[in-house]
Amino acid sequence: MAEPALKTGEIFDEGLDKGIAKLTPEKIEQVVSSVLANETGARLRVYTDTCVHCGLCSEACHFYLSNDNNPAFSPAGKVKQTLWEILKKKGRVSPEFIKHAAEIAYTECNLCRRCSMYCPFGIDIAYLMLVIRRICHKLGVTPQYIQTTAHSHAATLNQMWVKDDEWIDTLMWQEEEAQDEISDLRIPLEKEGADVFYSVIGPEPKFRAQLIYQAAVIMNGAGVDWTMPATPGWDNSDMCMYTGDNEVMGRLKRAHFEAAMRLKVKRIVMGECGHAFRSVYDMGNRWLTWKMPPIPVIHALEFYHDIFKEGKIKIARKYDQPVTLHDPCNVVRGRGLHEMSRYVVNQTCEKLIEMEPNREHNFCCSAGGGVINCGPPFKNKRVEGNRTKAEQLFVAKAKGAKTVIAPCHNCHGGLEDIIHHYGLNMELKFLGDIIYECMEK
Amino acid sequence: MHDSGKWDWETGKKEVSDIGKWMEEFEWIEEPYVSPDGEKVASVVRTGDEMEFTACVNGTAWENTFDKVWYLRFTPDNRLTGLVSDMGEWTVAVDDQVWENRFEFVWNSMFGKDGRNIAIAAQKERKYLAAVNDTAWEHGFENMTNLTVSPDGERTAGVIQTVGFGETEFLKFQEGCYSVAVDGKAWGRNFVNVWELAFSPDNRHVAAEVRTNLYDYTIAVDGIPWKEMFASVWKPQFSPQDESVTAPVKIGGSWTLAQDGKPIWGKKFIQVWHHMYSPDGKKLAAVVAPEFGRWTIAVDYNAWELTFGDLVTDAVFSPDGNSVACVGKEDDKWMVAVNGTAWDGKFDMAWQPVFSPDSIRVAAKVEKNGLYTILADGQPLGKESEAAWDPVFSPDGKKLLIRSIREGKYFREVIPLT
Amino acid sequence: MHGFYDFVSGPLVWISFILFICGSLYRLITMAVLAKEKDPMVYAYMDFYYAIRSIFHWIIPFGSVNMRRQPAMTIVTFAFHICLICVPLFLFAHVILWKESWNISWWFLSDGAADIMTMIVIGSCIFFLVRRLTRPEVRYLTSYSDFITLAIVAAPFITGFWVYHQWIGYKIMLIFHILSGEIMLVAIPFTRLSHMIFFPFTRGYMGSEFGAVKNARDW
Repeated sequence: MAEPALKTGEIFDEGLDKGIAKLTPEKIEQVVSSVLANETGARLRVYTDTCVHCGLCSEACHFYLSNDNNPAFSPAGKVKQTLWEILKKKGRVSPEFIKHAAEIAYTECNLCRRCSMYCPFGIDIAYLMLVIRRICHKLGVTPQYIQTTAHSHAATLNQMWVKDDEWIDTLMWQEEEAQDEISDLRIPLEKEGADVFYSVIGPEPKFRAQLIYQAAVIMNGAGVDWTMPATPGWDNSDMCMYTGDNEVMGRLKRAHFEAAMRLKVKRIVMGECGHAFRSVYDMGNRWLTWKMPPIPVIHALEFYHDIFKEGKIKIARKYDQPVTLHDPCNVVRGRGLHEMSRYVVNQTCEKLIEMEPNREHNFCCSAGGGVINCGPPFKNKRVEGNRTKAEQLFVAKAKGAKTVIAPCHNCHGGLEDIIHHYGLNMELKFLGDIIYECMEK
Repeated sequence: MHDSGKWDWETGKKEVSDIGKWMEEFEWIEEPYVSPDGEKVASVVRTGDEMEFTACVNGTAWENTFDKVWYLRFTPDNRLTGLVSDMGEWTVAVDDQVWENRFEFVWNSMFGKDGRNIAIAAQKERKYLAAVNDTAWEHGFENMTNLTVSPDGERTAGVIQTVGFGETEFLKFQEGCYSVAVDGKAWGRNFVNVWELAFSPDNRHVAAEVRTNLYDYTIAVDGIPWKEMFASVWKPQFSPQDESVTAPVKIGGSWTLAQDGKPIWGKKFIQVWHHMYSPDGKKLAAVVAPEFGRWTIAVDYNAWELTFGDLVTDAVFSPDGNSVACVGKEDDKWMVAVNGTAWDGKFDMAWQPVFSPDSIRVAAKVEKNGLYTILADGQPLGKESEAAWDPVFSPDGKKLLIRSIREGKYFREVIPLT
Repeated sequence: MHGFYDFVSGPLVWISFILFICGSLYRLITMAVLAKEKDPMVYAYMDFYYAIRSIFHWIIPFGSVNMRRQPAMTIVTFAFHICLICVPLFLFAHVILWKESWNISWWFLSDGAADIMTMIVIGSCIFFLVRRLTRPEVRYLTSYSDFITLAIVAAPFITGFWVYHQWIGYKIMLIFHILSGEIMLVAIPFTRLSHMIFFPFTRGYMGSEFGAVKNARDW
């Protein structure tokens, strides 16, 4: 009954192409059997045995919807083209098959877990895609851009090849900049015993240093006893979790948590990033055997919510443009922070126009799961694979929304591309941007 | 270790400095640091309106001022060091004396056990290197991380990048572009990655966690990797008894300890890290997870029955090697445990326990509701304070030095133990 | 003929029930052991309250967003599963068999009701078949085994319906009915019909992950 995949157009990616050039069928078989035998168990078996091929997961997926209901993009359709085939053939698949599987697992699935809420059995399709990614990592078939990012993580323990001195220097620079605005502001480095350890993702010091500035203003404004580390471990991001390099994922998370433990802080507050939250709260900690994060991790949305609830920040004037709010998968389906983010938006903005569906049922930005990190070769597919989000945004815009709040770095990147590609002409902001702009300083 | 025998163990309670009064003189006062002997308390301060910073020790500012001072730290022999910059150049100041060398950036000051030697990581002209007591490595490298000093502080090692590559050149990276430099000399063999380093107790050898490709992990000693490869490894340690090296290694789904490449523990733990030798080198202990989400200490592969759900950290052997103490956390409450028994009392934070030189007593600093207490064998000693530093036992183990801040005043207090 | 009937309605019933019960237990136990060994976190995160919360939302018709989005499928699925379970258990002719063999009995359906419910099962199977053939996203996932599974489920009901209405050749059909029922029982633990035994665990685990760890709803 199986039909050929209904997709056209081959994408060239050096990581995938050079990766499969080194493969032999024997190597593939050996790696597949080793991953299946040693690293998977009851979950994989039950998930594949239980799926009744009903297709009810299809409409959960923005790739499926945006590609005119092409079944090759449905969640189970992606499992069929990858894992089912691998299991059926007991790993005896060709290098070309592996390339195709890698493309599906790395660039056509954001691991957003929306389909798990549409599958009657709660099958964790994101997990199955991660198994494919693990196999591809072990085979050395990973998209070039995300792989080089994984290399940065391995070499520097941060995502962006930021060297130890560059990190500290950036914090000092942002402190000085901010002191022009607030003279007694401080970004306390290595302050043992502080209440809060603030961690960010690699791109912040590299490209968006003003976010550190803003965070410092918010921390100072709220009177938080906080610190940032002057050692590796400052970066909470993790593309190794997404390439399938679990060993480096564990190493990164260990460095992050142990930096916080060394500084004897009560909790880690992290910036507006979704995948990093997944890494510290869900995946990295588990690989290391911490059932829950050893030091509690508070995502920025929860932190903002708390400081507003406690009255630690006052708003000088509300943001007057109507806004709409994007729910990042990893902190909404991954942590249930959607009501908290709405509370903060309502505290800071005059008018919130909801996109539909929202909260746990939000649509992903299509950048998550490492997809945007696979870089330019897959950009068109990613942006065209999320017409659904563009339609959602368009409706919100038609109702008057001028600004999109996306409290997640990857969502920011993804939505920026979508807004540009579909000519939506909406402004994009982090929630921290809004708070910084509107707070009493 | 520092020679605490020469410290004042006779004076009881002494007010060293009224930090509250510093505010009359300085506008900007950062968090205080205290010398190991408790005689000095110091902070980074700003002098006057100009953006000039310096260190203030017991109320008196250094004569030198700088554009910036950070990372104030006392050496084990009670000297105050800070990383300072002037006119865009960085260096180290030690007790108000500034090093001759200038760098584009300095960070991560480290000391040998006796404090005589001070090492830093530095960057100059985009080259990365280390410097010890104002003497820098002869040449720098494209990058250097994981600066590590030998126990005597004379030698430095770092993970270095030996081959340059563009950020997208993933194949070049996978050929191996990283190595280790010891006192500025590279090992002569590259690895895909090198992480944490360890010096031998005799300061002569260096071991490192390495990855030889994206998948095979092992330990390299003085540049030579073990023959055995593992799914992953953690930081190695040298035995104090001989030149053997041990490291936690992952085999299949479980972690164990390997010595010179051969597993010496069984497979019952699903995590093993922070392993350590007893001072005599006869025992090995580690932080372990006997089951998913439970943590404890294992000594020579025997795990305590007491386990913690959140974490176990700061483990330490007693000087005689017969006891191990650690900090554990359960349901977000911190506890101190010695030899498998937790002290009464749950805290908002607990610091690494300290053994007396005779191994009989254990003391630790804990915090609850923002107030600090020193516990001796589980019982609070002295009053709560606004800030405190780790307690220090006298050489005979009969007295405890408590360093704390109360009502804005820093006190040094020697309390006889009964 | 009689010999074969005796075999099908005698020893084979025993065999099929033993295979069904032991097979189901075997699947559950081996999976539990495998999970303990390879996925120990499943035990750590399984949370009774949140598992039940999720299962509850998914066994109530229209209890989840996706069920509300697919009303026809929801109605058919629920009707199908309810009838599929109730008819064999509460059919008068079956209750009589239990009474005769074991002297135990329970409430039973009227013949008319059972007849309608059987038609619902058969109709549902046709619905599933048509859906599988016509909906591209379902057709794409379909393999021959899906038709076989559907046939295994439909067969006892079609044959039972035939026998009840005593259509031509119903005596032979009775043998087929018993045989197909036995095949279905045996198939449950060893085919995708095992979703029957694994549903509480997969749903419960996802409910626990969403509810207890991720503080979110999964319906």
